[in-house]
Amino acid sequence: MTSALKGRKVTLHDMTLRDGMHPKQHRITLVQMKSIAQGLDAAGMPLIEVTHGDGLGGASVNYGFPAHSDEAYLGAVVPLMKRAKISALLLPGIGTVDHLKMAHELGVHTIRVATHCTEADVSEQHITLARKMGMDTVGFLMMSHMNSPEGLVKQAKLMEGYGANGIYVTDSAGHMLPEDVRARLGAVREALKPETELGFHAHHNLAMGVANSITAIEMGANRIDAASAGLGAGAGNTPMEVLVAVLDMMGVETGVDVFKIQDVAEDLVVPIMDFPIRIDRDALTLGYAGVYGSFLLFAKRAEQKYGVPAREILVEMGRRGCVGGQEDMIEDTALTLARSKRTA
Amino acid sequence: MSKKVKCALIGPGNIGTDLLAKLQRSAVLDPVWMVGVDPMSDGLKRARELGIKTTDQGVDGLVPHIKGDGVQIVFDATSAYVHAENSRKVIEQGAMMIDLTPAAIGPYCVPPVNLKEHVGKREMNVNMVTCGGQATIPMVAAVSRVQPVAYAEIVATVSSKSAGPGTRKNIDEFTRTTAGAIERVGGAKQGKAIIIINPAEPPLIMRDTVHCLTETEPDAVAITQSIQRMIAEVQQYVPGYQLVNGPVFDGKRVSVYLEVEGLGDYLPKYSGNLDIMTAAAARTAEMFAEELLSGRLTLEAAAA
Repeated sequence: MTSALKGRKVTLHDMTLRDGMHPKQHRITLVQMKSIAQGLDAAGMPLIEVTHGDGLGGASVNYGFPAHSDEAYLGAVVPLMKRAKISALLLPGIGTVDHLKMAHELGVHTIRVATHCTEADVSEQHITLARKMGMDTVGFLMMSHMNSPEGLVKQAKLMEGYGANGIYVTDSAGHMLPEDVRARLGAVREALKPETELGFHAHHNLAMGVANSITAIEMGANRIDAASAGLGAGAGNTPMEVLVAVLDMMGVETGVDVFKIQDVAEDLVVPIMDFPIRIDRDALTLGYAGVYGSFLLFAKRAEQKYGVPAREILVEMGRRGCVGGQEDMIEDTALTLARSKRTA
Repeated sequence: MSKKVKCALIGPGNIGTDLLAKLQRSAVLDPVWMVGVDPMSDGLKRARELGIKTTDQGVDGLVPHIKGDGVQIVFDATSAYVHAENSRKVIEQGAMMIDLTPAAIGPYCVPPVNLKEHVGKREMNVNMVTCGGQATIPMVAAVSRVQPVAYAEIVATVSSKSAGPGTRKNIDEFTRTTAGAIERVGGAKQGKAIIIINPAEPPLIMRDTVHCLTETEPDAVAITQSIQRMIAEVQQYVPGYQLVNGPVFDGKRVSVYLEVEGLGDYLPKYSGNLDIMTAAAARTAEMFAEELLSGRLTLEAAAA
C-alpha cells in the first residue's frame, strides 16, 4: 500500500509534560519530568513542551498550584536535552512577557502564544517580543471548533502579522470531526504565507486524535502535537506512540523511533498516571458538547463536593459558552445547579 | 440651585461618554468640558448636543480655560501613553486629575476601600486601577480586614465586545496593575490577576471570582458579614454588583463569585466592567467635590 503522504516531513511536538500536567494536577515531579524528557529525546522527539498545564504563570488557585515552578521544571529539563528543543506555552491574560523573558533566558526554543480562537489580538505584545528575541514563535488558536474557517483565517492572519512563524489550529475540546479539520486547516493553509508553518493539536475525546491529525497533514499541516500514552486533558491528546507508528506505515518522516517511543509510553508515562487516560462518560461529554478539556477533573471534584453529576456541570458550561481558562465557573455552576435542585 | 464643582473629561470615547452621563446626574458635579483630538468624533458631537463645551485640540485646548471656567476636577479616559503629559498640564492649572488609564502615576483608588484616605491626603492625581480591580479588590479588602490574607487571586471574565483595543494591545498591563493593587489596596501579601475574554453571544455580563488564602483558619461568620457589608457599599454606586455564589470556605480558601451588571447609561448593561470604572471615577470625584464645596479641601496649583 502506498500513501499519498509518503515522503512528507512532519515535526512532532510532544505534550506529555505540559498538557499531561492536567491529569497530574500539575504535580509531575522533577525526577519524572527529567526521565520522560530524556526518554523522548533519545527516541528522536524534536520538540518537547514543558510548562504548567495552563501555560507559564498558570500556578494559581484557579488552575492548580504545581509541584514546582515553571523555572524549576525548565531549568531542570533544558540542559539535559541532546537533540530535542524545549517549548513553552503562554496564555495572555494568565502569563505575561515577564514569564516569556524568563523562559527565553532558560533556553526555551519555541514559545506558543495561545488565545481563544476569536481573540487573537491579545497576543500581539507576546508574539512581537518573542520574535524580536529570535524565538520560534507559534500562534495557538484554542477551541477552534468555535470559529468558522473564514473566522479562523482572520485570526491566524493577525498572529502571522504580529510575527508568528507558525499557526496552530487547536481542538481543545476534542470536538472536531475530520470534515471540520479539513475545512479549517485547508482555509488557514491557503491564507497563510507559504513559509508560515501550520500545526494541529487534538484531544482524543471522540477517539479522533490520530484520524484528525492525519487529515491535518493531508491539508498541509507540518507540525503535529501528541502526548506519550495520550497523557493530556480530557481523554488525553493524540497518543504519540500510535501516531508515530501510523505515520511510519504511511511513509511520513518524523525522525522518531517507533519502538523507543512505545517504551517511553509504557515504561515511563503509564506508571505515573493517577488514573487511566480513557474516554469515560465525562471525557466523552467534553468532546460531544465541545467543552474545554481541562475542565474535566474540576467537574469531577465539584461532583464529589456538591453532588451534581460532572456531566451536568460540563453540559451547562458548554451551554453558557465558557472558554478555556474559565475553571472558576465550574464551582460556580455546581453551586448554582445544586441550589436549583434543592428548590426544585 | 446648590453649588457644584466643575469638571472636564479628556477622551470622548465609550468610557468618557458613559462617565459624562453619570456626572450629569450628580448633585455635586457639573461637567462643563469634553476634550478630544478628532473634530469628527461622535463623542464630541454628542457632548456638544448636551450643551457641553468641546475642543478637538486635546489637553492643550482645555488648559487655557481651566482657571477661567473654574474647572477643579479633570478625568482622563485616554491612554497610558498620553496620561502623564495630560496630568502635568492639568495639575499645573490647579485642578486635580482622576486617571482612568492604566498609567497609574498617582495612588490606586478603590472607593469603598481607600477613597477617604486619598481625600484626607489631598492627592492631586488618583488612579482607578482596572475594571477587574474595581470589581474584586473590595472583596479582598473585606476578607483582609477580618484576618491576614497570604494570597489573593482574581479572575475577571469580560465579554469580547466590552474589551477595547487598548486592553487587548496591552493585556499584561491589566494583570500587572490589578495584581499590584490587590496587594497595596486589597491588603493581600501576594496578589495575582487573570483576565478572560469571552466571545459568547449574547454577550455575557461581567463575572469576577475572588479567591483568598487566609493565613489561619478563616472566621466564616465574620468574613461573610464583612463581605455583605462591602457589597452593600459597592452597590451604592454600582447597583448591579451582586454576589452569585459564596463565600465558599474550603480549608483556608475563601472564594466569592460575583456578577457586575452595568447601569446601561451609554454602554450596554453587560459591560459592567466598563460601568464599574466610570461609576467608581464618578464616586471618587463626588467625594472630593463634597470636601471642596464644604471648604475642607482646597486645591493648589503645582509648581510649574
